Amino acid sequence: MTTAHAAAPSPAAGPSSQGAGGRPAAAPAPRRAGSLRRPRAAGWLAVLPLIVFVLVVFGLPAFAILTNAFKTSPGAPGGRHWTTANLSQSVHGAYLTALWGSVKLSALTAAIGVLLGLPLAHAVVTSRFRALREGVLAASGVLANFGGVPLAFAFVATLGNSGELTRGLDLGKHGWSLYSFTGLAVVYLYFLVPLMVLTITPALDGLSSQLREAAQNNGATTRQYWLHVALPILAPSLMGGFVLLFGSAFAAYATAAAIVGSSVPLITLQIANALSGNVLAGQGNVALALSLDMIVIAGVVMALYIPLQRRSARWLH
Amino acid sequence: MAALTPPAGTAAQPAREAAGRRHRPRLWRGVVGLIAALYFLGPLLSSLLFTVDVPGQGFTLGSYSGILGAAGFWSSLRLTLELAAATIAVTMLLLVPALIAVRLTAPRLRVLVEVLCSLPLVVPAVALTAGISSVLQWGPDDFADTPLFQTFNTVQNPGFPVVLLLAYVLMALPLAYRTLDAGLRALDLTTLVEAARNCGASWPRAVLQVVLPNLRGALLNTGFLTLALVLGEYTVASILGYQPFAVWIVSIGGSNAQMSVSVSVLSLVLTWVLLLLLAAAGRGRSARPPRGTRTSPAAPAPTLQEKS
Repeated sequence: MTTAHAAAPSPAAGPSSQGAGGRPAAAPAPRRAGSLRRPRAAGWLAVLPLIVFVLVVFGLPAFAILTNAFKTSPGAPGGRHWTTANLSQSVHGAYLTALWGSVKLSALTAAIGVLLGLPLAHAVVTSRFRALREGVLAASGVLANFGGVPLAFAFVATLGNSGELTRGLDLGKHGWSLYSFTGLAVVYLYFLVPLMVLTITPALDGLSSQLREAAQNNGATTRQYWLHVALPILAPSLMGGFVLLFGSAFAAYATAAAIVGSSVPLITLQIANALSGNVLAGQGNVALALSLDMIVIAGVVMALYIPLQRRSARWLH
Repeated sequence: MAALTPPAGTAAQPAREAAGRRHRPRLWRGVVGLIAALYFLGPLLSSLLFTVDVPGQGFTLGSYSGILGAAGFWSSLRLTLELAAATIAVTMLLLVPALIAVRLTAPRLRVLVEVLCSLPLVVPAVALTAGISSVLQWGPDDFADTPLFQTFNTVQNPGFPVVLLLAYVLMALPLAYRTLDAGLRALDLTTLVEAARNCGASWPRAVLQVVLPNLRGALLNTGFLTLALVLGEYTVASILGYQPFAVWIVSIGGSNAQMSVSVSVLSLVLTWVLLLLLAAAGRGRSARPPRGTRTSPAAPAPTLQEKS
């Protein structure tokens, strides 16, 4: 997995399927064989199902969100017509609180995730024990992707009201509650830190040892090396990691739903609430307006991430 | 990895200096490792404790032995496994031909495919669900009198909700694309196929018997990550009102906290072990990582392989 990521620093580096094989001179002339030219139409044909699938399965819901967010809800008084009421409602009052809560939680946990993930990944990458490395990376893969519900229950059993640690250390008396903003942040880190480890490992692998030697030969201390060489090179990867973590925390729903119900205001919980009909009649489309808000934010996040990822590929090889 | 390389004989002064300094990084690394181990193993261990040490009953394995007989366990597990198998199959059938074609014959489609596969990243699962449920409402609202209405019913059939399958495939696309693309990148696909073709293999045969076996690692990886995604998926299923495995765990949590925790722990550990086996298998097959990834290109340089 990690090698896979490492091998793919910049997906759009160019259509160099021959170059990827790494035979600079002896490569068979790519345009020579007529047998390769023949199935050009077949190439389109092979991609077609994917295009159709995404157009339908992604396109239809996206279209529904885009149009219905600007329409009055079914069952609303006055029939169905175009309106911006949903959208303005989605950025006011309780919904604004939820949106802000989500952004705050995501930004905080992403920042802590980056700060904790970097030293952990570094310790793993430089470890002499290959088994440790494989084990940690595999576990990171599970926690970062699988997370959700099992994770929530593990934490309820540990730090919940009747959790082992809460009872053992009497944390309740000290004001601890898992079902709060802080509690949720602790749980989120459980899948964000592994995600950061997965994201930053290829970059740390690519940080060639010559750089360090060069710095040391020039008399740099470890601190100077990190401050002036390693961190500047890693900066795009770190920022890219932050953005990725932010997006991941922002979109998370299962963990929050299984732990706090709705006692912490989060945008995902509000959308699910609105979809399940727990809103006033005729306001169902607010859920779609909230979804649109989320998509806009997630879109901005992706737009920031892609150039950072390309940039981070420049120094690392 | 690199740290395993024995100190080269040529290592002169810098190496000795490093030996003197080595203590501090090792200590520091130990501290980081210890804290991480506490944080990441702690909840698992105390979950284990939570499930076997029930207040008032003392040590018991009841929450584990009761899993198999719990109401809804088998039906939800079956639904999830069916969905997972179907999701893996559809994802592969959509992606593998497309990615091979992009590399072999239609490089100009590459960007399009990449964008298509990255689009789902922009729409969080909750938002996707909102869109889907909005689309599903068109059925009774707008198509009630048309033959299309039957399609809406089929898609939502509770026995096998195709709508979940479609959503899961869409959600699996970004990760599957990355994994498969990286796998293909490590192959010299053009040469492979040309060699097969020159030996007289037909196109389907070249792909099925030459390319796919070489992609085994990436295919396994993709299948596994997709499986993990479907096993853990809660958002779409719970909001649309279906009850696969993850939703079932939450639903029993209300009445039997011990059991939901024990199921959670079991599924986490099981997934981890599977992924570990996969990593071991992948390492056994390709002893050397693909070019230009980890191996330092200038290995002979007298180095302090310690990167710390």
